[in-house]
Formats: sequence, C-alpha cells, structure tokens
Amino acid sequence: MGMTITEKIIAAHAGKERVFPGELVQVTVDVMLANDITAPLSIKELEKRGITTIPYPERIVLVADHNTPARDIPSAENVKLMREFAKKHGIPHFFEGGAVGIEHVLLPELGLVVPGDLVIGADSHTCTYGALGAFATGMGSTDLAASWVLGETWLRVPESLKFVLSGERRPFVTGKDLILFIIGEIGVDGARYCAMEFAGPVVSSLSMDERFTMTNMAIEAGAKNGIIAPDEKTLAYVRETGTSRPVRVFTSDPDAEWKNVFEIDVTSIEPQVAFPHLPSNTRSVYGIPKIEIDQVVIGSCTNGRIEDLRMAAAVLRGRKVHPKVRLLIFPGSPKVLRQAEEEGLIRVFLEAGGVIAPPSCGPCLGGHLGVLASFERCAATTNRNFIGRMGHETSEVYLVNPYVAASSAVAGYITAPDKL
Amino acid sequence: MIRGKAVVFGDNVDTDVIIPARYLTSTDPKELARHCMEGLDPQFPERVTPGATILVAGKNFGCGSSREHAPLAIKGCGVVAVIAASFARIFFRNAINIGLPILESEEAASRIREGDMVSIDLATGEIRNETTGEVFQAQAFPPFLQEIIAAGGLMNLVEKRVKANS
Repeated sequence: MGMTITEKIIAAHAGKERVFPGELVQVTVDVMLANDITAPLSIKELEKRGITTIPYPERIVLVADHNTPARDIPSAENVKLMREFAKKHGIPHFFEGGAVGIEHVLLPELGLVVPGDLVIGADSHTCTYGALGAFATGMGSTDLAASWVLGETWLRVPESLKFVLSGERRPFVTGKDLILFIIGEIGVDGARYCAMEFAGPVVSSLSMDERFTMTNMAIEAGAKNGIIAPDEKTLAYVRETGTSRPVRVFTSDPDAEWKNVFEIDVTSIEPQVAFPHLPSNTRSVYGIPKIEIDQVVIGSCTNGRIEDLRMAAAVLRGRKVHPKVRLLIFPGSPKVLRQAEEEGLIRVFLEAGGVIAPPSCGPCLGGHLGVLASFERCAATTNRNFIGRMGHETSEVYLVNPYVAASSAVAGYITAPDKL
Repeated sequence: MIRGKAVVFGDNVDTDVIIPARYLTSTDPKELARHCMEGLDPQFPERVTPGATILVAGKNFGCGSSREHAPLAIKGCGVVAVIAASFARIFFRNAINIGLPILESEEAASRIREGDMVSIDLATGEIRNETTGEVFQAQAFPPFLQEIIAAGGLMNLVEKRVKANS
C-alpha cells in the first residue's frame, strides 16, 4: 500500500519509513508561525514559567497582521511584546510596519515555506501553504509555545480525502468558487480531522494564487490540512522567491489509501455565494434574490493576492462604486500593493471610489478597519461568515470571489459581472 | 468526579461566537469570560454557575479560528467541562492543552437537556444524567493525550522536560 503526500511529509518528519492514518507521531517542525493575536499568549506562557530556551529561532515566524497598524493600546502592547521577544531570542522573521503583509500571503512570497515542509501556525488558515505541497496545519498558542521550545510537535496522522476536479470552468469561476462548492457539498465538518488533497486537470490549470485560495479554506470544511502536489508552476513560483531552503517534492502514490475520492465535474459550477452564517450555505450567484449590501471587502488570506486584485480591477475599470456601498481593498502584502500600483490597479480602485487599506487582515475577523454596524450586509472575498464575524451580531457576511465582489460593489447588490 | 447543570447549544458552535475577535487583545480568562458566547447569547455568563455548569453541544464544537482564547473564555466563566457530539480539531487540542475537560459523546450530546444535572467521571469517561438516570460512555483518549490531561496541560509536561535537560 502506498502513501499520500500528507503521509509522506509526516513520515519524513517523524523519522519513519511510513505512517498510518490514526497513528500519533512526534514530528520535527520546519516553520512555527504566530500572529499578534496568538503569539502574546504563547510568549506570556513561556515567560510565566521562566522558560528562556528557544533553540531554533530561525524557524519561528512572527507576523503582526491582525490588529495593525495598532488598533488601540492593548494591540500596540501585544506587538511590542512580540518585538521584544523576537529581539531577545534573535528571531529573524518578525514582521511589522512596512514589512508586514497577511501572514499566509507573506510567507510563501518570501520563500519562508517551501514544498515538503512541515509547518504549524497559531492561525487556523495556516493550511494555506498546502498549495506549495507542504504539510501545514493550524494549532493554538500553547502548541506553538511548546514547539518553540522543543522544535517539534505531536500529530495524529489524518485520513486523506481526494478531490479530483475535471471539466471546463465557466466564466468568472475561480479557485474560490471551486472550494466554496466543495464545502457546500461536504459541509463544514465534512473533512473534520482529514487531509483534503486537490488534484485533476482543473487543479493543474489553476494559478498558484488560486491554489492558495483553495487550500486556505480547507479548514472551513474542518480539515487538518489542504494539499496540492507540486508541479512546474509550484517550482517556478518557489524559484522566483529566491529561497535557499531545500525543496522536497512529494506526490501521492497511485496505490495510496483514500478515505474517500470525490470526482467533481466543474463544468456546471457557477460563481458561488456563501450565505450567512456558514461557509457551506452556498448558492449560485445567478439564482439568488436581490441582496442589497452596504460594504464590499476585497482582500484577506483567501483572496488578497495580485491575481485577485486583477480580477476586481477588470470589473471596476471605468465603473463607479454604488453611492451607498463602501468598497475596501486590502492588498495582501507590500509586494502585492507595489505590484498593484505598478500595474495601475490602485488607480482603477481609487477612480471607482474604493478605499485602499494597509496590507493586513482588516475587518475579516471583525476587530479592525471596517467593521459592520447592526443589520449591515457585506459581500466579502474573505473566508468566514459566522454570526458577528465582521462586526455586530446582526450584520451579515456573504462570501464571494473577487469578480462578484467587484460587480456587487458597482450594482449595490450581490451580482456577477456579466449581469451588470 | 465533576458535576454541573447542563447549558445546551446546537451544532457548529464556532469560535467567533464563543469569543468575538474584537476582545482578543486580552489574554485574561476573566476578561474573556465576560464576553463568552456573546454572539449566541449575551446573557450566557449569567446562565453559568461557576464550578457547577457543564456545556453541552452538538457536532463540530469550536470550529473556525485557532484562538485559544475560546477555551480560555469558557474555562474562565467557570464551566467545568464541555460535552459535544464532536469537536473541531484545533479546539480539541487547545482545550486539552489548557486543561479544560472535554468529552465526545454523540448520544450524551443528543439526550441531555437544558438544566439537567450531569456528573462526569473523567477517569473512565462515564457521563451520568442524574435528572433522567441515563448513563453514557465518552470516547476514550489515547494514552499520550491522557498524559497531557493528567499533567494539567501540555506546558506542564514541556516545562518538566526542559528543566530535566538543563
């Protein structure tokens, strides 16, 4: 019996020939990530216990992307705590100010994560890095604190689910729509504790940016990780980062064991809208009633990359945002922002009446920079639409792709570009 | 043996309703507790009798973000244990790591009603509904997890290991 990519990466980091689903293993960790919400808990836990041994500072990445630029005094204190911890322990990868981007946009771009890595992050969307052919999973602050001290963590080897995507994509159907469709099919716990491996000709045809969008939302189906086998596109992307980290390409064996295989013909999939209050409440944008909106958010670790901004700009070029709608755009990183500026996308957004916000998580999680008032509605390219996610508990979030977000900003209600 | 009155919720209780992100600048369990479950029931902290309340929920409890503030807020309220039909995996790890007792039992989750008096034997995983007399068996944890639980959380084990090596 062969192994899946996920099993191979875990086995390689457990020092074993092979591992089996359900097995508990101790693994070495290549990258250990935390942000300005989760790192303070880890740091305080270590300091409370007087633990000062941090043997692998170069493997730690600290990104102040959630409540930045500092929302209030407690947020500023949290970043200060990270900054001082990084300095004290010689942690080279601490990002704030002009260096900061959304962690899951930033790390791949900088070549801090490469194929074959085992990554843990105190952020649930750490699963994003699976698009590089890495095993990456979210954990909490205590698990991260322990890994900073030990350089390792424990894992339960997940069962793997395979999603084979074939057929022809319709206009305005993106990686976002494919993953929303899948979550709609299997539910928010449909992949609980499992690995989701995406494969097939449609996945091969996706750009890296769209692949990141897909693996990013694996957690929204309850998965431990999402993963895509590295191919030429992956390796070209990694080369471009100029990283010196060793790349290890793993692929699933033909006789690997799958808990379930889903064959999906994407030909009939239309752009998706996930209605409140679960990412699995998906419907085709063409079959929904008129839902008027107050705000549109384009950005996040799901859709804050350059291609996402290109999609939005393609719709907004020469158009104006509806007067009652606030359009907020969050480029995912300084690089994305610079590139958008060079390509003239920023000008398109400004002329349409959009707000350009700093590279950060923004209002996605309802804390900062564009939260919603009572009964307001938002069409967002983000990843969660739980009750109160973006602000007041009576507000509503509809999850969409960047094309639909942009066309909805123009129309004032949720719609696709071909209906404008 | 722990004992408490059941407070019952449904399926897919996510971390955004357990503790909304706008409160995450604090790491103080008491402060977090004031806003626990605010998204579903702003009066929740008043429904809890500290040291004598057991939270019971459906499937996929704690789905969403990795914020450890979620189990900290629940523990900070004085909830003594969470019984659910199933847990989202990050919440599961976090609860064990910070020493919040959790038990997985589909049957118990579907049969226990609001206000029922429930007792739990953490050593055996036996859940007893004293109000109805029903008895349920929670899924057993693997020995490695039991070791973390017995130590009172992951960092107690880590600290021991670090200090033994120094």
